[in-house]
Amino acid sequence: MDTKKTSLYQLHQDSKAKFVEFAGYQMPIQYSEGIVEEHRFTRNHSGIFDVSHMGQLFIYGQEDLVDDLEKVFPLDLKNLKLNHSKYSFLMSDNAGIYDDLIITKIKDGFLIILNAACKENDFKILKALLNDKYKMILDEERSLIAIQGPKSVQILKSVIQGVENLNFMSGNWFTLDDHNIYVTRSGYTGEDGFEVSLTNEFADGFTRRLIDKGAKLIGLGARDTLRLEAGLCLYGHELSKDKTPVEANLKWAISKERILKGNFIGSDIIAKQLTNGVSKIRVGIKPEGRIIAREKTKIYNVSDLEIGEITSGTFGPSVNGPVAMGYVENEFSKKNTKIFLEVRGKKHPATICSLPFYKKNYVKGVN
Amino acid sequence: MSEVKFSKEHEWIKLEGDIATIGITKHATEMLGDIVFTELPEKGSKVEKDGTAGVVESTKAASDVYTPVSGEVVDLNQSIVDDPSKINQDPENSAWFFKLKIKDKSEMDTLMNKDEYDKFAKESSA
Repeated sequence: MDTKKTSLYQLHQDSKAKFVEFAGYQMPIQYSEGIVEEHRFTRNHSGIFDVSHMGQLFIYGQEDLVDDLEKVFPLDLKNLKLNHSKYSFLMSDNAGIYDDLIITKIKDGFLIILNAACKENDFKILKALLNDKYKMILDEERSLIAIQGPKSVQILKSVIQGVENLNFMSGNWFTLDDHNIYVTRSGYTGEDGFEVSLTNEFADGFTRRLIDKGAKLIGLGARDTLRLEAGLCLYGHELSKDKTPVEANLKWAISKERILKGNFIGSDIIAKQLTNGVSKIRVGIKPEGRIIAREKTKIYNVSDLEIGEITSGTFGPSVNGPVAMGYVENEFSKKNTKIFLEVRGKKHPATICSLPFYKKNYVKGVN
Repeated sequence: MSEVKFSKEHEWIKLEGDIATIGITKHATEMLGDIVFTELPEKGSKVEKDGTAGVVESTKAASDVYTPVSGEVVDLNQSIVDDPSKINQDPENSAWFFKLKIKDKSEMDTLMNKDEYDKFAKESSA
């Protein structure tokens, strides 16, 4: 299969991107300034991320659809206001995570943003679960551009007026040069920012306008260091079919109301795990010194017993040190627990810590 | 008079008397990206030609550092351990990795000179 290119491919090339194949797409891993500088620029200024490889699934329907989606997602969708978003999961009967996603209530239905590597499978699963009852479009005609960092609101509002009035995890339609654009205040960096859904033919010109206003393109490399510092999960690393939302320490994303009533896919397991606890759980891990513990690094307790494994680890440029996440046995998951990480045959001391490593700067009280 | 040579693993080596200073090339740093972690061999340890003699890590991945010649480690550059970004800034000069008292000068003959290395680096990254 040929690797796909996003509508910003030419712009990436013009910007001297280094490319990698990711989920079947040619994506920029970094540009000429490099991951650390791109990371810092996003934290201090405003970074643009091409996330057009992600799935934009539109599902149209009325009250029936709300009822049917509540059988799938552990969310109180009946009370989700128009243009408001929630983080959620598509799960198996065992509450294993097929994908993590953002679902937004739009007029006449829902917009669901899916991971690139999962989107085709998600579409099939959802279509079957909804018995083909609703119009579903996994929209390949639209691009998705994220703009993240403290200067993003100024930059984006100078191009699209009104975006400054959005609150974190809410969105709206805007019109720019006769193009319909859906903007949400959200992101994957821990910074204030927006995700902009727009038609493919408008994506390049729009992004160049953001660059003219002072934002810079940021690659997937810095996207990973930014999300890891923010303690956010990456599908295929922290999350997989073998992990439940409770094990992933994401129970905050499950509606309390819905747990009481049950009746969603995986609800039995979720309820059981919430009552009885889980054997392994996701934690933040801070290695001592500068040693970087990457994915699959084994974790040991002070008695040298293996208690878990790292799922993501890198150097955090804003933390100015190594950061990691992983799963450990529940009894060793308490903050400040001393652990050891085996890197290149040597055991290095580390500590279980609370997440995020870098304080989030979301904007919640605009209106 | 000192002689600078290069290895296929993208190390440079400068020989003065029987002491060789070893580091990684500018080309290597460009391929690695931002270096955020460095591990050096132990002082006093013996290293063998083409054996591992340290690690550099970028935000993306870890890579081994090899020694282009055999010898005993007599000095280490602690400043690149404390601040690995120095390697990106000045890889072929102040950001040297370690110094060896070399065992066999003839091992230098197996390495590339500057022109040969530049050509090799260009071809290997094409």
